[in-house]
Amino acid sequence: MARKSSGSPRFDDTHTVVEAVNLALARALDDDPQVVVFGEDVGVNGGVFRATLDLQTRFGPTRVLDTPLAEALIAGMAVGMAAQGLRPVAEIQFAGFAYACIDQMLNHAARLRYRTRGRLSCPMVLRTICGGGIHAPEHHSESPEAMFAHIPGLRVVVPSTPARAYGLLLAAIRDPDPVVFLEPTRIYRLFRQAVKDDGTSLPLDTCFVEREGDDLTLVSWGAALVEVRAAAEALAQQGIESTVIDVATLKPLDMATIVDSVGHTGRCLIVHEAPLSGGVGAEIAAQIGEHALLHLLAPVTRVTGHDTPMPLARLEHAYLPSAMRIEQAAHALLRFE
Amino acid sequence: MPNSRLPPFDESPPRPEAPRSVYRAHGYIGQSGRVVRPLPAFAADAEALIALYRWILLCRHFDTRAVALQRTGQLGTYAAATGQEAVPVGVAHAMIDADVLIPTYREAIAQVMRGARFDDILRYWGGDERGADYAATPARHDFPPAVPIASQVPHAAGVAFALKHGHRNGAAVCFIGDGGTSKGDFHEGINLAGAWQLPLVVVIVNNQWAISVPRRAQTAAETLAHKALAAGIQGVQVDGNDVVAVREVLDHALRAARTSHAPCVIEALTYRLCDHTTADDASRYRSDAELREARKHDPVARLRTHLQHQGLLDASAERALEADCEATITHAVDAYLATPSRSTASIFEHLYAELPAELVRQQARLAETDHGP
Ligand SMILES: Cc1ncc(C[n+]2csc(CCOP(=O)(O)OP(=O)(O)O)c2C)c(N)n1
Repeated sequence: MARKSSGSPRFDDTHTVVEAVNLALARALDDDPQVVVFGEDVGVNGGVFRATLDLQTRFGPTRVLDTPLAEALIAGMAVGMAAQGLRPVAEIQFAGFAYACIDQMLNHAARLRYRTRGRLSCPMVLRTICGGGIHAPEHHSESPEAMFAHIPGLRVVVPSTPARAYGLLLAAIRDPDPVVFLEPTRIYRLFRQAVKDDGTSLPLDTCFVEREGDDLTLVSWGAALVEVRAAAEALAQQGIESTVIDVATLKPLDMATIVDSVGHTGRCLIVHEAPLSGGVGAEIAAQIGEHALLHLLAPVTRVTGHDTPMPLARLEHAYLPSAMRIEQAAHALLRFE
Repeated sequence: MPNSRLPPFDESPPRPEAPRSVYRAHGYIGQSGRVVRPLPAFAADAEALIALYRWILLCRHFDTRAVALQRTGQLGTYAAATGQEAVPVGVAHAMIDADVLIPTYREAIAQVMRGARFDDILRYWGGDERGADYAATPARHDFPPAVPIASQVPHAAGVAFALKHGHRNGAAVCFIGDGGTSKGDFHEGINLAGAWQLPLVVVIVNNQWAISVPRRAQTAAETLAHKALAAGIQGVQVDGNDVVAVREVLDHALRAARTSHAPCVIEALTYRLCDHTTADDASRYRSDAELREARKHDPVARLRTHLQHQGLLDASAERALEADCEATITHAVDAYLATPSRSTASIFEHLYAELPAELVRQQARLAETDHGP
């Protein structure tokens, strides 16, 4: 049967985020016979975003599987598989449907090791896409990271570049504990970057410091970093130098890197797409208050989505943190006396 | 190519035609303890029957003691299996080491038959996670009890997949209550087992009540075994108070699961003679008359009468067996009560394979601020 393979990985060394995800999955399937990739439409179709493109052809239908349409099952069966020594990598097609998995992730995956005192463990990855900005239908643009990040025993990872998507996903698959891996849809094909497909993973316990400056610290993750980087660039044009931190792993948090930077700059702006209240930004702000209060020259500030559902396409722009909002907030921070 | 969609395993035999009706298994030992049909081969062995009786009796003794411990403040909330012992005993007896048990909170006896210890079970219900760290196999590889109703069925489906994927000669054996069959997880799990032909056997312990909600208010389905039909797999009803029948049905189902990856749902009809848990008062929702009627079906009495009729259990042998059960349970209770407490810092242990920096900080803070109970 002829198959569409538009969007397949290019055979040079630059890749988009979604291609990097595909490379990492292929690498993991290749390296470890215990890795199994499954979810809705991941097999023949290669995933609705093509993240699993050609994997079933390459690795066969016993390792790359289309499941029935059942999200709680997908997460729950991963628990059973992981406890039996497999390395399940489950895909949930859209984050808005990953809420059906929270019961399994919270009540089982995250605590299997704990409640059996290490007798059983749950080395699984739950991958899903997240975030807005692609004019998707309702429930397709959610940012659920705080819900998962609140769960003891999980890791929550959000990549922001192709190279990080590759290295962090490999780390997630190799991690001995359950990982929720959120891939921002908006950056799936936004830009290309050199990705060395050499099987090297990236650490899940440190933030990435992308840029260093003395005037303020910009903390963000996922697709919002696109606007953060643009704002940092614009600020630099105005002579304002910022440190840009990609948190990448939201649970557990590497607060040391963030506190260290804020201790130096005295000003911190946190940018995330998820709703404001109770978000991971609140956690970071609280910890800065706890550990770097006397270094602060201004209150820790957040630029985030609002406490509303993600609006439909026409007003998405009003929801998403823009480079302009970030720049204005940065100026307000710098003006604070 | 389209074949690669289902089932997922190239080497799978062609999928059998979906069953169209529920199979009602034969009973062997009737309510009065009389044999109503020639016993299957395994039960012709007197020792095997006595062994089953001993497990059933142990379960009853254990539950009685566990409830007494709870009443005297020495155990947390406990869910006894009084009245339905023949189900977990018959199921676990038919299992082999390669099978994997995925229980609910009411199948302690099955866990013990797989190598967990009674004192482990007490530790768990006594509030100590170490009670789920069974030392002996095969229990060591089994799942701990699942408390969120039906959430264990997807795990069992995953286990069954792993067994098939690894070409291991075992089946996943999952318990669930009658109330649990109303949840989506149950249907999602058995649906997958049908679509993928996984070695999964789901045992519905239909004890007629989900706390205070009776079976008839739970669903209009004719039997709970019928729910298997929609998943395209065999549904079987069995008298859950006849341990020989349970053992026999499970034996067949497990062999089919192990050899041809045929999944199965078995509804074992029984009755919970006790409260739902020690936190429940069943007299609020069910009548004395109903209970009196149900007691006539007591699986312990039934097997005892049978053994007596067959001349396999005289009064002195019975006294010896009772004393042996009492001693075993007393020994376990002593071991439980003598369990050294663990450090408060250990609440951070085993959460992650390696403790993240933030949790090291929280652990240290706890050490400074913890002033004991
Ligand atoms: C998802 C979920 N909802 C509610 C409960 C509270 N609860 C505990 S046991 C129970 C009834 C279960 O009945 P059934 O499945 O028939 O099993 P049984 O207790 O009779 O063995 C309920 C509602 C729970 N543990 N999990």
